[in-house]
Amino acid sequence: MIGLWSVPLLFALPLALGILSLLVTPAWRPRLIFVGLPLLAAASLDVLARLVLEGPGIYALGDWGAPLGINLVADGLAVGMILMTTLVASLCALYARVYLRDYPASSSFFWPLLWLLWAGMNGIWLAEDIFNLYVGLEVMGLAAVGMVALRATPQALAAAMRYLLAALLGSLAYLLGVALLYAAYGTLSMAGLQEAAAPNPTTHVALALIILGLLLKTALFPLHAWLPPAHGGALTPVSALLSALVIKGSFYILMRIWLTLGPEVTPVFTAQLLGVLGAGAVFYGGWMAWRQHHLKQLVAYSTVAQIGYLFLFFPLVTGTSPEAARLAWDGTLMMLVAHALAKAALFLSAGNLILAVGSSQISHLVGISRFRPMSLFSFGLAGVSLMGLPPSGGFTGKWLLLHSAILSGQWWWLIVLFLGGLLSAAYIFKVFRMSFREGPQIDHSVTPPLTLDITALILASAAILIGLTAHLPLFWLRLGSAFGVG
Amino acid sequence: MDWNALILFGVLATSLVASAVIFLLAESRHTTRSVFNLTAAVLKMLLVGWIIWGVYRNIDYELRFTIIEGVDFILRADALGMMFVGLSSLLWLFTTIYAIGYLEKAPNRSRFFGFFSLCVASTVGIALAGNLFTFLLFYELLTLSTYPLVVHRGTRESLRAGQIYLYYTLGGGALLLFGVVALHVLVGDTEFVPGGVLSGLDPALHPLLIGIFLMMVIGLGVKAALFPLHAWLPMAMVAPAPVSALLHAVAVVKAGAFGIARLVYDVYGIEFAFSLGLLGPLAVAASITIIYGSLRALAQDDLKKRLAFSTVSQVSYIILGISLFGPVGTLGGLVHLLHQGLMKITLFFCAGNYAETLGVHKISELDGAGQRMPATSVAFTLGAFGMIGIPPMAGFISKWYLGIGALEAEMHWVLGVLILSSLLNAAYFLPILYRIWFRRRERVWCEEKVLGRFETSGWLLVPTLATAAFALTAGVLAGMPFSPLYWADLIVSREYLP
Amino acid sequence: MSGSLVFAWSGVLLFGLGLFGFIAHRHLLRRLLAFNIMGSGSFLVLVGLAQDGRGVDPVPHAMVITGIVVAVASTALALVVFRRWYRTSGRTDLPEDT
Repeated sequence: MIGLWSVPLLFALPLALGILSLLVTPAWRPRLIFVGLPLLAAASLDVLARLVLEGPGIYALGDWGAPLGINLVADGLAVGMILMTTLVASLCALYARVYLRDYPASSSFFWPLLWLLWAGMNGIWLAEDIFNLYVGLEVMGLAAVGMVALRATPQALAAAMRYLLAALLGSLAYLLGVALLYAAYGTLSMAGLQEAAAPNPTTHVALALIILGLLLKTALFPLHAWLPPAHGGALTPVSALLSALVIKGSFYILMRIWLTLGPEVTPVFTAQLLGVLGAGAVFYGGWMAWRQHHLKQLVAYSTVAQIGYLFLFFPLVTGTSPEAARLAWDGTLMMLVAHALAKAALFLSAGNLILAVGSSQISHLVGISRFRPMSLFSFGLAGVSLMGLPPSGGFTGKWLLLHSAILSGQWWWLIVLFLGGLLSAAYIFKVFRMSFREGPQIDHSVTPPLTLDITALILASAAILIGLTAHLPLFWLRLGSAFGVG
Repeated sequence: MDWNALILFGVLATSLVASAVIFLLAESRHTTRSVFNLTAAVLKMLLVGWIIWGVYRNIDYELRFTIIEGVDFILRADALGMMFVGLSSLLWLFTTIYAIGYLEKAPNRSRFFGFFSLCVASTVGIALAGNLFTFLLFYELLTLSTYPLVVHRGTRESLRAGQIYLYYTLGGGALLLFGVVALHVLVGDTEFVPGGVLSGLDPALHPLLIGIFLMMVIGLGVKAALFPLHAWLPMAMVAPAPVSALLHAVAVVKAGAFGIARLVYDVYGIEFAFSLGLLGPLAVAASITIIYGSLRALAQDDLKKRLAFSTVSQVSYIILGISLFGPVGTLGGLVHLLHQGLMKITLFFCAGNYAETLGVHKISELDGAGQRMPATSVAFTLGAFGMIGIPPMAGFISKWYLGIGALEAEMHWVLGVLILSSLLNAAYFLPILYRIWFRRRERVWCEEKVLGRFETSGWLLVPTLATAAFALTAGVLAGMPFSPLYWADLIVSREYLP
Repeated sequence: MSGSLVFAWSGVLLFGLGLFGFIAHRHLLRRLLAFNIMGSGSFLVLVGLAQDGRGVDPVPHAMVITGIVVAVASTALALVVFRRWYRTSGRTDLPEDT
């Protein structure tokens, strides 16, 4: 019998470690990962085992049920997100431990913020009521802002400030929406809302507020302006965490609420609008990424573009056949997870390349393929997934979305998926072209420490592997959701 | 333990493992790398030979696992696939030997050979694919693994050529993806079955099927250099000679033609395709390409560019054969897949020899090459004769069957195309032969190098002579069992007579 | 109009005023103040709607308390970042601001 320890541990432990890391000396802070990572990994696997063996479940924290207590949910989607977070955050933490040796001032506060970020994220994945989602969102958001500000350059501080203002605005809009929903239905739990939801004006206003707030936090075009400076200007492991995980938190909330409120409440028009904005993100982000001269800015705009794909979920799930909706669910989640792995790998390998040539400009990468093939290889593998080329998670996700779009008769999204793929090829190969160009004959580059290269490679390989072994994970993700049956 | 599945995987694994190992080897370990390369190539040939023997005796080889619901990854060995795999593995061995010699003293050899092996792995995957999904997977992988080879030299021209290559191949790949997904929506997993899986569909869907066919032919036609999608091919000539040889004889162009063969025979089915009226336009497109390629070849002075346009023209013979309804036309097209591979690679090897030993890139500089490099020039002559279609070279056999197939399918104009293109082939090959053999050398060679005891390095010479010999024997011994013709006949009988 | 709805509507009004200030002002401290006013507005909405004849409902009160704590933390973080920003750049607004 597997114990109940794993679910509360998943956010209590990071919180505790966060506080603990503030109390120990800076030298000891990185070493806490050797306690935290194994425990969190074990807890994540335990939750997965429970899901597979016993099915999805609701856990009352401290045995106090709703509405006064806090309920946590562990269904397929939540468990999937938890596993993704554990994998990506662990590898980024291992990367950061070595990388931040060059940044002693930032390093000391990185660790407490990392644990708090992790706690916030796990809180979001596990939350069963919409207010808990708000709390998790805030904890995650504030920790993320802090991490951006770690690098105390004026640009980083301006980026952090902008990020904070956008985050605050978004959260408040979300909070007001939650308030209205509570006023209308008297319940905060998602199970309760699912039963009670009806299409009345209050609900629509609440939904609109929630959508606006979360769109701002997810940096969907045209509300994306805060993202490139924040993600592009932060320290490399921070950029990886932000683009891979943090941005998915607000999207997850939107997904949950959309599905909870159900097909009667969620208008098809809004769904299509979200899809159109997503398309805009794909084109604009891709175009801007192609035009960048600095490597990390290119990767940051790539995030703006890839977020757009995720928003195709809404039009493909609303008002379509169950088969098409299930494919949309599978495809969106595959793209989400593949993007998390690939984007983290992309940022980490970009960081390695920048370290190697001592400059963040793409034009300085001339001829690097000769001397730093491993770093470039991780970049390449991650790029393959982002471009949606086989064999990769990005390709499998794209396939599923294409299938869903054709099946539901929404042909226009096909154009988005195609042109998006070609645009991403444009900016990925821009980097490659530079690296294959005939460059200096002698190796002037610095060899990054092996840990940095290996963590990037593991993440990139995972992005590829998940494309080939998608069957089982997708099955698990469906457990406990509306798409789990048949 | 499913040994058959394991052997199948082994064929793929030899080049994948070789690729990984080569990438990890330090740049300076040349001997280790060469040994590894050659061992892997020989091992692959042995495995392929074993499987061919098994397929001949109707043994089933299959490896499959589920990717997502309704989509399987399938590797299967059937007669058509084995023909392509056989060609690939044989020519990989020779090209590896050639490349080892050609790139001696060049930088970035680890990178080159690593992607080279990956390229072969992709080609093998394409040949062994048992359904459209798996085919597409390796098809795109081929694009990714050939790009670094095209831009290998790192010069402005190479990068530009690589960029154009990507525009075409990625665009084509996207169209192909669309077609494949559309077919999946209509019929589920599209496994390759002789006679196709689409004939049972509702007639109301036929216009849609025609549209999908068009899209997929464009996607495949990019790699097969079908007019007007061929522009990337001559530009890719900036790559080193082994790359041009591989791309033109084995990997990329054949993958496109092979894909069209699979599409017509095993997805749509030849009868169904004929009833939809798809074969006629395909034959027209192929014929236009044949004539166009030959005309452009006439205008080229650069030897490799002339050979490139010749490839554009010749690969369309295969597509022409596919579009001729009837066993004989099919036979001609399929056997030409093998013949053209052998002959063209010989020609490219010779071009590489001339360039490396004598510094000659242009046809106008080839005067008297026959005296200085007789063995290479004999090989070139054999290849050229094959291209023109002079017996007993293999090229004659393919054209003969294509002609008869055209008569059987009652498309008499195709005969005209065949005759015209043979004349054009003669027009652009014979002058080269004349210069090589019958003109005396006036000036000094551009850049003469002494590369070995013979007229050039043994690494370069042996593969050239070997492939020329194969091209000759394929024609002379065409009636014997296990000749290319024999094998193509086997495929046709299994395809047409259930 | 019942008593509770007065609170709710005032809350909405405050939210609106705060939003306007947040967007219109350039000085970062004013934007922060505007954010706090927005926050207070949403809390007022929450509390106001909670008194809707059902007796006293503790859940919105819990939400408001949590919200206040979050607002305090956010304000503190914003102030720290702002101070750093001011020290390094000498500016009180963000460059090329929207």
